[in-house]
This record gives sequence, structure tokens and C-alpha cells, in this order.
Amino acid sequence: MFDLIVLLIPIFPLLAVISNGVFGARYSTEMAGRIAFGSVGLSFLCALGVLGYVVSDPTPREVIAYSWIYGGDLSVDLGFLIDPLTTVFLMVITGVGLLIHIYSTGYMHGEEGFTRFFTYMNLFMVSMLLLVMGNNYVVLFIGWEGVGLCSYLLIGYYYEKVSAGKAATKAFVVNRIGDAGFLLAVFLIFTEFRTLDYLKVLEQAPQLSTGMATAIALCLLVGAVGKSAQLPLYTWLPDAMEGPTPVSALIHAATMVTAGVYMIVRNHAIFDMAPIALTTVGLIGGITALFAATIGLVQNDIKRVLAYSTVSQLGYMFLACGIGAYTAAIFHVVTHAFFKALLFLSAGAVIHSLNGEQDIRKMGGLHNKIPITYKVFLIGTIAIAGIPPLAGFWSKDEIMAHAFIHHHYLLYAFAAIGALLTSFYMFRLTNLTFYGNSRVDPKVEAHIHESPKVMLVPLMILAGLSVIGGLLLGFPPEHGLLHSFLHDVATPLGATAHEMNVGLLLGLATFATLIAVSGWALARYMYLSNPGVADEWMQKYSGIYTTLLNKYYVDEFYDKIIVEPCKRLGEIWDCFDRKVIDRFVIGVGNMTDVSAAGITWTEKHVMYAGLNVIGYGHHLAALAWRKLQSGMVHHYAAIIIIGLAILVHVAFLWFTSATALGQ
Amino acid sequence: MTPSLVDLGAILPELLIVGAACLLLVLDPITPSSKKDLLAWMSLGALALCFMVTIGDLNHRVLAFSDLVIIDPYAAFWKLLLYVISGMTILFSMTYLKEERIELAEYYGFILLSLAGMMIMVSGADLLTIYLGIELMSISLYIMAGFKRFEAKSIESSAKYFILGSFSSGILLYGISLLYGISGSTKLTDIAQAVTSRGFDDPMVLFATMFLIVGFGFKVSAVPFHMWTPDVYQGAPTSVTAFMAVASKAASFAAFLRVLLEGFGGVKPSWQGLILVLCIATIALGNIVAIVQTNVKRMLAYSSIAHAGYALIGIVVAGSVANGDPIASGGVSSLMLYLAIYSFMTLGAFAIVGILRRGGLEGEELDDFTGLSKRHKGAAFLMMIFMVALAGIPPTAGFMGKFYLFMAAVNAGMAWLAIIALIFAAISAFYYLRVVMVMYMREPSAAQENETRLAFTPTTSVVLACAIAGVIILGVFPGPLVSVTTSAVMSFP
Amino acid sequence: MAVPISYYVVLSGLVFLIGLVGVLTRRNIIVILLSIELMLNATNINFVAFSSYLGNLSGQVFVFFALTVAAAEVAVGLAIIIALYRHTTSINVDDFRLLKW
Repeated sequence: MFDLIVLLIPIFPLLAVISNGVFGARYSTEMAGRIAFGSVGLSFLCALGVLGYVVSDPTPREVIAYSWIYGGDLSVDLGFLIDPLTTVFLMVITGVGLLIHIYSTGYMHGEEGFTRFFTYMNLFMVSMLLLVMGNNYVVLFIGWEGVGLCSYLLIGYYYEKVSAGKAATKAFVVNRIGDAGFLLAVFLIFTEFRTLDYLKVLEQAPQLSTGMATAIALCLLVGAVGKSAQLPLYTWLPDAMEGPTPVSALIHAATMVTAGVYMIVRNHAIFDMAPIALTTVGLIGGITALFAATIGLVQNDIKRVLAYSTVSQLGYMFLACGIGAYTAAIFHVVTHAFFKALLFLSAGAVIHSLNGEQDIRKMGGLHNKIPITYKVFLIGTIAIAGIPPLAGFWSKDEIMAHAFIHHHYLLYAFAAIGALLTSFYMFRLTNLTFYGNSRVDPKVEAHIHESPKVMLVPLMILAGLSVIGGLLLGFPPEHGLLHSFLHDVATPLGATAHEMNVGLLLGLATFATLIAVSGWALARYMYLSNPGVADEWMQKYSGIYTTLLNKYYVDEFYDKIIVEPCKRLGEIWDCFDRKVIDRFVIGVGNMTDVSAAGITWTEKHVMYAGLNVIGYGHHLAALAWRKLQSGMVHHYAAIIIIGLAILVHVAFLWFTSATALGQ
Repeated sequence: MTPSLVDLGAILPELLIVGAACLLLVLDPITPSSKKDLLAWMSLGALALCFMVTIGDLNHRVLAFSDLVIIDPYAAFWKLLLYVISGMTILFSMTYLKEERIELAEYYGFILLSLAGMMIMVSGADLLTIYLGIELMSISLYIMAGFKRFEAKSIESSAKYFILGSFSSGILLYGISLLYGISGSTKLTDIAQAVTSRGFDDPMVLFATMFLIVGFGFKVSAVPFHMWTPDVYQGAPTSVTAFMAVASKAASFAAFLRVLLEGFGGVKPSWQGLILVLCIATIALGNIVAIVQTNVKRMLAYSSIAHAGYALIGIVVAGSVANGDPIASGGVSSLMLYLAIYSFMTLGAFAIVGILRRGGLEGEELDDFTGLSKRHKGAAFLMMIFMVALAGIPPTAGFMGKFYLFMAAVNAGMAWLAIIALIFAAISAFYYLRVVMVMYMREPSAAQENETRLAFTPTTSVVLACAIAGVIILGVFPGPLVSVTTSAVMSFP
Repeated sequence: MAVPISYYVVLSGLVFLIGLVGVLTRRNIIVILLSIELMLNATNINFVAFSSYLGNLSGQVFVFFALTVAAAEVAVGLAIIIALYRHTTSINVDDFRLLKW
């Protein structure tokens, strides 16, 4: 029974993919939408069933579908591992996923390609579920690449926009760089353990040498950094906002981007053996949290602000992993899924009611025109800013307190400054969007309307979760429901229970609250009480401002040092072909004309061939090169001969050095 | 000495194929053009018959014709693969030739002749048979590349292929003659003895090996012997390109591997490094140059170069340890698996290019794919799957192939090689997904909007169905094929 | 007095190189074809010389096969050249450059 329920979780969305993908044109779009969210709903019910089983007995269980890869001593099953960690992610993915699917049926209503949209969304659900349910690294990798592919397809959904296609390709290629790291880690794990099953690997992980553990952990980290948009591979996520808003909410906020965190927590046994890797994780997280927050300060696109905030919040999760606070990291994944999905979806509702306007400079004064959207957005803002008792406070405070108590003061400082900035830019966003004078285009203003119920209801549910989620799961700090549930799977190796200093904790919590409130106050001062101040500062610090507005020019930098050279290289080969080989061949040809008389034809050719093959070809040829006249077949033959010459040369070199060594 | 019945029985599939080919050539002029399809079906029948015969060879090993020919599971595996490829090519050609208006049943005869050459190559135990196989395959392919004889491009590609092909086989033959001088025989086993005892000290051995590597490197289009590939692939009729890119590459790899492991198994350290250099250069150049291509056939040509580079990893791995070591067998079997998977992906991609061929339009420029998802959902979807598979994304078979190959490299202690290959595989997503982007994320132009007619006929549908089934099934259930390859290398050195 | 084997090898090497350079430098496609034939014949010299030196017939058998293959190759090659000539009215390989970057 349990096995069947587990297998059904990914199968329902898969059936929906097949139905909508193959027969989608045969029935109405409403039907397609119903099939899409219905399948996710069924998965959610199954996930609830699994939750029931796991709560009653938290020992990990494996469900094997069939034996997938074998050969030699390699054997990999298509199997699932159900333990508390998986279950938490299952609940988030199916639960939040269901809400977003319902919302999408309203948001995407009337869009061309409605069925296609839901096909991709369901395919994404399948991949994401495989990612968190797999019992080995290969199944995880299918999900890992599958979510990347779906993300690619969904970012490029609005294909009339050229930028969408570019953003999609960028997201995919950047992710693949991370994937290469991940795959390498998988290979290393196999050479070390001769198996790829989590349970066996993690059981043996404590016997790893520090060097090997560090190597594996760093490779895994490269994968996680790509998928979770951390420094230096974060640039794809802000661009990914070209996709429809529900996609941003589901993939680029609530689920896919947290896959990196899942992977690190899943492998924490390996990371615990590699202090250097852990420190790197923490530092990357801390720096990203701060770095992305500073960019978020000045962005003017409502979705881009949220995107940078996502990068920054993911930084917090990495930071938490880096200091061994795995439960806190998962806790933050969960609360973040609530409030960031809420923020994105309500931002989508704002965009929807403004007819597609995303620039916050063209918003303002919306709080009484779309009151419900305003209220839920405000709840989301308070939650992410970290003001108690909303969800974000509990998880973020736990991470910061853990950093402080375990003497990671630098990371604590990063996190604290990041928290101040977060609170500031989120309230700036709220203020500019909902308060003040309306700057909305008059033509659009006449049509501002509240979104339909099908969009508002999921928003309200998410708002409710953002309010009580933190208290429900994480109170009292470090001893909440989630903590006891995850205790077996997310406790670092060799962790000792420490005495809780209640006074210190309360002090830290108060300080965190103060930070959040001061961010709010500053935003209020700059954008509500004295609207001129913001412009004044902008003038005063224009250097910093433009740097931030241009996101530290990182994109331009990457373009210059990686993308351009790669394209150039292809052209260089062309150039090489035309110039160098031409000179070589024509040189050989022309030498026959200029050679002294009296030497026979054969001798000449043999001589030149000899000289050229040895490698003086281009040298002689340069003298004789007159005009560019190309005969392509010659080039190819010449290259074959050059290749042969190089091979012989290399072989001779190697051979002589080898014998020299031998003697 | 007359060949015994046992000998003839051993080469029964080759005899069948050659017989069918000759019959086709004879029947072609006396068959009315409306019934040419019958001849295609006839050749398919011959293939099916051979398939039955060869399946029996999967578990035994016979030497025939005084050790000139070897029938072993390794050869049987390649032959079965080649039958499937040829069958798919013939099915696809039945429609494609009509589109191109080159309906000559000779064409099928040449496919069979070239197939016969490949079969002789893969079961050659002597450089003489291998050389004859290579030439039979190549000469048929030279002709087929120029089959659109009223089109300058096609003839030009044929001429280039011919000049460079015979040039490289001249080099190969010279290498063989030197080896004969060293060992007094052209049998791989005798050569192995002579080479091992002389070692690489002997310049004759060194030159002979280099010449052989050049000759085979040309056939598998390894950099820097790849220059013909893009030109010939672009100019040849698409069905022929597909056949060349898949079948001739598979057969050449099979023979290359056998020659290196059986003939030069004793001096592995001497050539393994060289193959390694070729392998890295091939992966790098194929992937980088593919980025700037705008012609899909050319892009696929560079992609096939890149894939040859990945496959060379298998040889590098097999060359890193002594024959018979499980790591070496792992390298060989992952190479076999990779080429089998590669065949399905590439055949599928070329078939899509082929069915885009419409009156007047080539259907092979990237622009021709613009907004294909609007015009023909099915074709766009299939092309997407093939591209995704070529990029090596799970759960398609393309991932499985790379997974086994890279795993073999890591097992052999060459993790750094796997890193390089992985990075370039990551880059490859860029050009494969550009096709997907053009199909799914661009609006078709007004002129293209009306061009919804694709050459979707029952036969092309069967080909595409086979290809897609291969790509998906081998990705999700690779088990059976893996057991076939692993058991096939058991008898192999 | 028998001619030493090395003489033959050097001769065949020279013929091979002449053929090779011919392929590289000649523009006339028929001359290229001839040069390729030179390369193949160089190998035949090798085979025959080694065969008589080693007192072993298989080299001479190989020559028969190589000659046959070369003949087939030339037949096909000339046919291709004729087809090419019909298109371009030229047998200069520099004129065949439709397929490139």
C-alpha cells in the first residue's frame, strides 16, 4: 500500500503530461487546466498519506520501481527513498505546487498555449518530485536536469519576446556548468563507495578521507551553486523572470532553486567530513545573501526585486548549511516557499491588474484599488522582512542565532546586514507599489481591477501559511515540530546538544527584530515621509547607484570573458583554416615556381615535402605567400598531413623521454 | 584450397547482403519506376534474414578462411546494430528519394554493398580483410554522396570525399605495408607478436602505427582528420549523410578498436597518449565550432565529430590498462553502448531534417526550423527530444551513453578527462538548444506559416518511431542492451 | 648481388612522398588522382619487396587485392570527375568551393 502511494505521487502529474501533451488539442483549455491541477492535487493527497506513514515511523524506507542501470559492479535502481527530509520537500512541492497551479488557471486564462503551459508545469512537477524522492544520485540527476529543461521551456514561454529565448538559454547553459560539477561528484562517489544509493553511501561516509570528502563536497557544491543561483553562477535567475509569473513563483522561488539546499542537506554526512567545503558553503551563502540584497535595493522591476531577494534568501539557506544548521536551512526553505510564492503570486496579481506593467516607477497608490492583493502582499513583505511573529522571522532568526552562538561572527554580520537590506528593499517595494501618489499610466488606471477568485484564494491560503507557518513548525526555536521531525536526518555528525542560553537567544531575537523594524522605518522615511530623499541620495552617490543598478556589471563581465571568447574561438578556427593552411599549401605550391632551374621537378617536391612535413612549412611558405587563393581540398589534405606530423613528433618526444626515464 | 562449407557458413550474412545487392542492381533497370519500392522492401527482407542469422552469432566465436575472418559476439553486436541502421536508412530513403526525385533502386544496392563492407570490417581478423571492408564501404559511400548528380553541391561533396578518402586510405595502406614488413603477416595476432617484441623503439613500428591512426582517425572523423566531415555531410543527400554519420562511424570505430587492442595491445602506453590527444582535440573542436554553425546539417556534422570525441574516451580507457582487465572491457562496452545510442539520436535528427525537405526549400538551414512548433507540433517535438538526447540530458538515452563512458573514464583513474568532456558537454547544450529555441520560441515568418506540408509518410513515421523509441527506451531501460554489450566484450581481448 | 631491402623501402618512401606532395600541391583533379595512385603503388613496392625478402607470399597476395581496389577506386573517381566536369566545366579543384564555412 505504502509503495503504491509513493509510486503514484510522480505518476499522477506524468499522466497529466501525457494527456495534455498528446490529446490536449482534443478538449477545451478549461479541461486541460483541470487535469493539470487535479493531478497535482491527487499527488498532494498521496503526499499527505506518506506524511502519515512517516510521522508514525520515521525510519527511512526504500521503494524500488525496477533495476535501471547495471553492468560491472555498477547497479542503480529507479527507486525512491522516503524519509522525513523527503517528506518535508514532498509536502512543500505538492502543496505549494497545487496552489500555484490553481492560481495559474486564472492567471494564464486566455493565453495562447495554455495547454502547453500546463504540460510543462506538470512535467516540472514530475522532475522535481523525482529529484527529491530518488534513492540514489542518478535518479536525483534525472530530476535535476529535468527541472532545468522545464525551467528552460517555461522561461522561453513568451517567445514573441527575443529576450525570453536568450534568458532561457542562459539559464540552461549556466545550470549545465553546475550539473557538470554534480555529475563529477557522482563519479567520485562511485569510485569511492562502489554504489550510488544514498543509504549505503551516507552510512559509509564517515570513513572518507578528508581530502576525498572535500573533493566530493566541492563538486556537489558546484552543482548546488548552479541550481540555487549562488555566487558566481547566480546571473541566470534574475533573467529567468522573463517567464510567466507563476513559473517564477513555483520554479524560481519555491521549489527548483531550493534543490541545491536539498542536495547539501541530503549529503550532509559527506559535508560534515569536509570542514573546508562547509566553510566554503557558508561563505558563498553569506556573501551571496549580502551581495544580492544590495542589488535588490535599486531595481525598478517588481519581479527583479523579488528575484534578487530570492537569490539573497537562498544565500541564507546556504549559510545555514555551512554552519551545520541543516534543520534551520530546511525550515527556511519551507517558510521561504510560503512567503516568496505569496510575494510572486501577488506581484503577478498586481501585474495582471495593471495590464502587464512591471515597472514600480509606474505604480503607486494601489492599496485601495486592489485591497486584497495589497493585504496579502503586505503580509508577505512582513514575513520576509523578519518581523515576528510571521514565518520569516522564526527561520531567519534561527539561522542568525545559530551563527552567533557557534562563533561564526563574520557570517552573522553578513546575515544581519543582509537582513537590514532585505527589510529595506521589501518595504521600499511595497511603498512604491501600493502607497503614495499613483504614477500609473492613465489609460491603464481606468481598468485596474481586483483579480478573480481563483487567483485570490491561493493567495489567501499562502498568506495564512506565511503568518502561522513559522510558529506552527518552528516554535519554540530549535525544538519545533519540524525540528523533532527532521532530527534523525539533519543533525550534523558529532553534534553535541548545547545548553540553551535563553537570555542570549532572546537578545538575538530582539536585535533581529530591531534590524527588521529599522529597515521598515528607513524605507518609510525615504519613500513615504520624504519622497525627495531617495532622489537626493541617488544624486549624491550616483557612482554606487549606477553600479548597483547595473548589477555590478557581472553580466557584462561574463560576456566579455566567457561568452565572447567562446564564439570567437569558432571563428578563429575558420581564420586559421583560411590563413595558416592557405599559406602552408600555397607556399608549397608556389615554391615550385620560384625554385632555381636545373633541379628536377621530383627533387623539388620531395625536398619541400620533407621540409614541410618536418614543420618548416609555414616558415618557407610565409616568404612565398603572394595572394590568398584557396583550394579547399588541399587544405584538408594538408591538415591531415600536419596532424600526422604532429602525431609522429609527439610520439617521438614521448618515446625518447620515456626511454630516458627508463635508463 | 577451396573454402569449406564451414567458412561459407560463417560469412553467410555477408554473402546474403552482397547477393541481394547484386540482385538489386540487376533488377533495377527492368523494374518500372512505380514499383521501385518493391526493391526497397526486398533489401529490407534481406536485412531481416541476416538479422536472424547474426543473432545466433552472439554467443560463439569462429575463425574462418584461415583466420582472415572472425565471427565473435563483438562482431555480431556491431552487425546487428548496422542492420538496424541500414534498415532505418532504407525506410527513410523510400520517402526522401521521392522528395529529391532521385528514385533509383541502385541506391539501395549501394547501401547494401556499403553495409557488406562494414560487416567485413567489423569481423576482419586480418588487416587485408579490414582494408577490403573499408574500401568496399568507402567506394559505395563516395557514389552515394554524389547521388543527387544534378546538384553541384552533392557532386562536390562526393569529389571531396573521394579525394580525401582515397588519400587517407593510401596512408592507411602504407602503414599496413610497413607492418607486413615487420611481422611478415597481416594477421592481427602475428602483428601483435612482432610489435610487442620490437616495441616502439623501431621507427617502422612507430610510423606504421601513426599511419594506421591517421587512416582510422579519418574514418571516424577525429580532429585533425575531420576536415572532410562538415563539407561532405552538408552536400550529400540527407539520407546518405545519416547513413555515413552513423553506420560508417560505428563500423570504423569497431575496426579501429579491434586493430588497436588486438594488434597493438602489447604496446598500449605508446599509443594511448596519442589517442588521448586526439580525443580531447576532437571533443573541444567539435563542440566549439558547432556553436557558430547556421546550417543544421553542418551543425550535426560537427556534433558527430564531438560525439566521435566522446567515443574515443572508450578507446583511451581501454588503452590505459592491459587487455582483459575489467576496466578495459568497461571502456569497450561503454563505447559500444555509446555508439548504439548515438545512432538512434543522430538518425532521428537527420530524419527530421530530411522530412523538412519541401519543394524548393532545402529544409536544412536553421531558419527553416523557425516556429516549427506552430507549423508542425509533432516534428518539432521529436526534434526537441533528439536535441535534448544529443545534449545528454536524462532520462534520454544520450545521458545513459555519456554516463557509462564517463564512468568508465573515472574508473580508469582519468577523472580529469571526464571533467573536460563534461564541460564541453555542458557547452554543447548551447547549440542543441538553439534549435529548440528557434522551433519553440520564435514566430514563423508569413511565408513559412503556409509551409505545413512535411514529408510525413508511413515509412518516415516508422523510422522516427524507431528512433524515438530507441532514444527513450534505451534511456529508461538500458539494462538489456548493457548486458548484450558486456557479454559481447567477454570474448574480446 | 642482391639489392638490400632498405633500398626498396627508401624507394617506396620516396614514391609515397611524391604522391603525397602531388595531392597537396596539384590543382588538376586528374593529377591528384594520379598522385593517389602513386601512393598506392608505393605500398605495392613495399609489399612485394618485403614478400621476397621474408620469403612469404602473403604480401604478393595483398598486392593483388590492393591493385583491384585501386582500379575500382579509379573507376569511381573518374566517374565522379566527369559528373563534376558537367557542372563546372572545370577540373581544377579550386573551382569546387560551394561547401565551406
